[in-house]
Amino acid sequence: MKLLIKGGRVIDPAQGIDEITDVLVENGIIVQVGADISSEGAEVFQASGKLVCPGFIDMHVHLREPGLEAKETIATGTRAAAAGGFASVACMPNTLPVADNRAVINFIRNQAQAEGVVNVWPIGAITKGSQGKELAEIGDMFYSGAKAISDDGHPVMNGEVMRCAMDYAKMFDLPIISHCEDLNLAAGGNMNEGLTSVVLGLQGIPAAAEEVMVARDIILARLTGCKLHICHVSTAGSVELVRQAKKEGLPVTAEVTPHHLTLTEKAVEGYDPSTKVNPPLRSLEDVAALKKGLQDGTIDCIVTDHAPHTVEEKAVEYGHAPCGIVGLETAVPLVWQALVIEGVLTPAQLVEKFTVKPAGILGLDRGTLIPGKPADITILDETAEETVDVNSFYSKGKNSPYHGWKLKCLPVATIVGGKVVMTDGKLTKSMEERI
Amino acid sequence: MFKRKDLLGLAELTPEEINFILDTARPMKQIILRDIKKVPTLRGKSVVNLFYEPSTRTRTSFELAAKYMSADSVNIAASTSSVVKGESLTDTGITLTSMGCDIVVIRHRESGAPAFLARNIPARVINAGDGTHEHPTQALLDLFTMREKKGGIKGLTVTILGDILFSRVARSNIWGLTKLGAKVRVCGPTTLMPRQIEELGVEVYHNIDEALKDADVINVLRIQLERQDKGYFPTTREYSRLFGLTKERLEKAKPDVLVLHPGPMNRGIEIAPEVADGLHSAINEQVTNGVAVRMALLYLLTGGGAIGEAVN
Repeated sequence: MKLLIKGGRVIDPAQGIDEITDVLVENGIIVQVGADISSEGAEVFQASGKLVCPGFIDMHVHLREPGLEAKETIATGTRAAAAGGFASVACMPNTLPVADNRAVINFIRNQAQAEGVVNVWPIGAITKGSQGKELAEIGDMFYSGAKAISDDGHPVMNGEVMRCAMDYAKMFDLPIISHCEDLNLAAGGNMNEGLTSVVLGLQGIPAAAEEVMVARDIILARLTGCKLHICHVSTAGSVELVRQAKKEGLPVTAEVTPHHLTLTEKAVEGYDPSTKVNPPLRSLEDVAALKKGLQDGTIDCIVTDHAPHTVEEKAVEYGHAPCGIVGLETAVPLVWQALVIEGVLTPAQLVEKFTVKPAGILGLDRGTLIPGKPADITILDETAEETVDVNSFYSKGKNSPYHGWKLKCLPVATIVGGKVVMTDGKLTKSMEERI
Repeated sequence: MFKRKDLLGLAELTPEEINFILDTARPMKQIILRDIKKVPTLRGKSVVNLFYEPSTRTRTSFELAAKYMSADSVNIAASTSSVVKGESLTDTGITLTSMGCDIVVIRHRESGAPAFLARNIPARVINAGDGTHEHPTQALLDLFTMREKKGGIKGLTVTILGDILFSRVARSNIWGLTKLGAKVRVCGPTTLMPRQIEELGVEVYHNIDEALKDADVINVLRIQLERQDKGYFPTTREYSRLFGLTKERLEKAKPDVLVLHPGPMNRGIEIAPEVADGLHSAINEQVTNGVAVRMALLYLLTGGGAIGEAVN
């Protein structure tokens, strides 16, 4: 089966391509990128006026299955991913039970095979139950397909445990994805520490709560030589620490979320629980530093940290609400506005942060349109506009602070392994029926 | 005229609105001082006091305010209600509204809980203290007392003394006082002083003698003894030595200084007994004024008209 994507602006940073040309897919594999490819025997996707990119990869999502299916499932989460233009997601292990063993990793992969519509790459836990005490069976999970390990949401507070985890993970060349938060400094906190937290009477989480752990983990990466990926960097100080680590040549990478690029602590005024997230929305100066970090390459990739919760869980007093924002269905247009339209990144640089960079961090054979690679493709329409309506999300999670925002540059097709799974924001029929 | 649906804090009020509430409270105080403390003004209105935190003074004050105005008032303590069965705040609020409740007075340990409730129910909401956010009726009664004793707020030097970081009374006082033109000083240990508080237009002191110099009013905050366990200060003994308001320290202030305390007091810790009971103290009168201010608010929020009508 052949698919010809015709006349789009093809952006493939891995090959340095940014030109109007065609892409030919056959049997789920990219076979050719070039001008005027014959459409003989091929289904044609007219892409003129559109951006044709390698399939976007979101290396930080919470699919909530097993155990927390009221919030999200692999079926609904991967549909949200497809709708948002993502061909791949890597899912965090804080499920119930925790993905700290081969059985849960296998369950996630099997469930993704059966009901998912995009590629799902599981991330295993660092410690048993993400309790921060004893190492999980990291090797067993690696051989079952875990692409990284992380105790996201439950930072490993014990430095010795983290050191052992890094030494151990190095055997498998597995990256450790570190949620950097000193739980003592952050205790009781609901939002960024600053004037807004004082006025709202919400206990603040100082930037230092993140930065001391970023510093610790960088120092441990220097000691162990383990690949370290810093989760959802949110402060100017963290950006600077990662910048210095990279300058030193350490194997350190970092990610940032759309919400930390597009909102500040001011969004918490009014106590809307959809603005409650960890790490918290920070100051305007932090947002500027994050953009600078993306621009100079300090921050490698953009991830959603898609964190769905039920309406009932979020519709409570601010201090009682769980942390998290759903991001899969708003991420691409949000960062297009904040980064490309505002001149922080070129389109090719933005695409890099969603494709070849995360693929490199997780060791995925994806993120580019080089012939021979799996045909994961994301197509964007720069001119398409939409007003965000949480009720039309594929995700079960409606906890988005962007409800009512008008966004531009929408994903108009997601292709996974040569199969078109989404067009014009809607799942294709065969995918809809796949539960 | 007061046009708001709810009273959530002083941050959102204009100086005119604050003064209007204080003006309305003045005739209300006359009612409390009468032999027969009852007017029919709020007959047929119902007020629910929904308290998620223990309180004697504020809850009783609201209850009496409602009763002096002939409203029906009901008290709900969270520990004895369906809250212990896991009912959400919104559902509790809707249930009360369905019973015909006109005003919900809420005390809650979470900042923003009254704002959250107000968004979700049609009944009017009065914030009776939320977390470390605001305690607007306390600040209003403090302002009322200062205005009564000093003739006005503008130009006064007011020192707020104690745990500024966790105090909703401090925040509401800062808003009210700065809006009405007072000069506000805040004084307390560095650990209990929020960073950037200067940006609210106050002066920060860590030395009590400097903070009290030539002050017109000293508002002494209650020190929560559990802050010691969390390491914000080493002992109550040291706190008292550094920040306790004693008779000697009072002499730094103006000779006619007014001493306020929102209560309940830790006598001998943040305030010496002879200061609490001394000539400068208006602590007991604050309590009376609290009822008057709350009567004014109940009246204004239920659409009260001209003030003369209220006291008939």
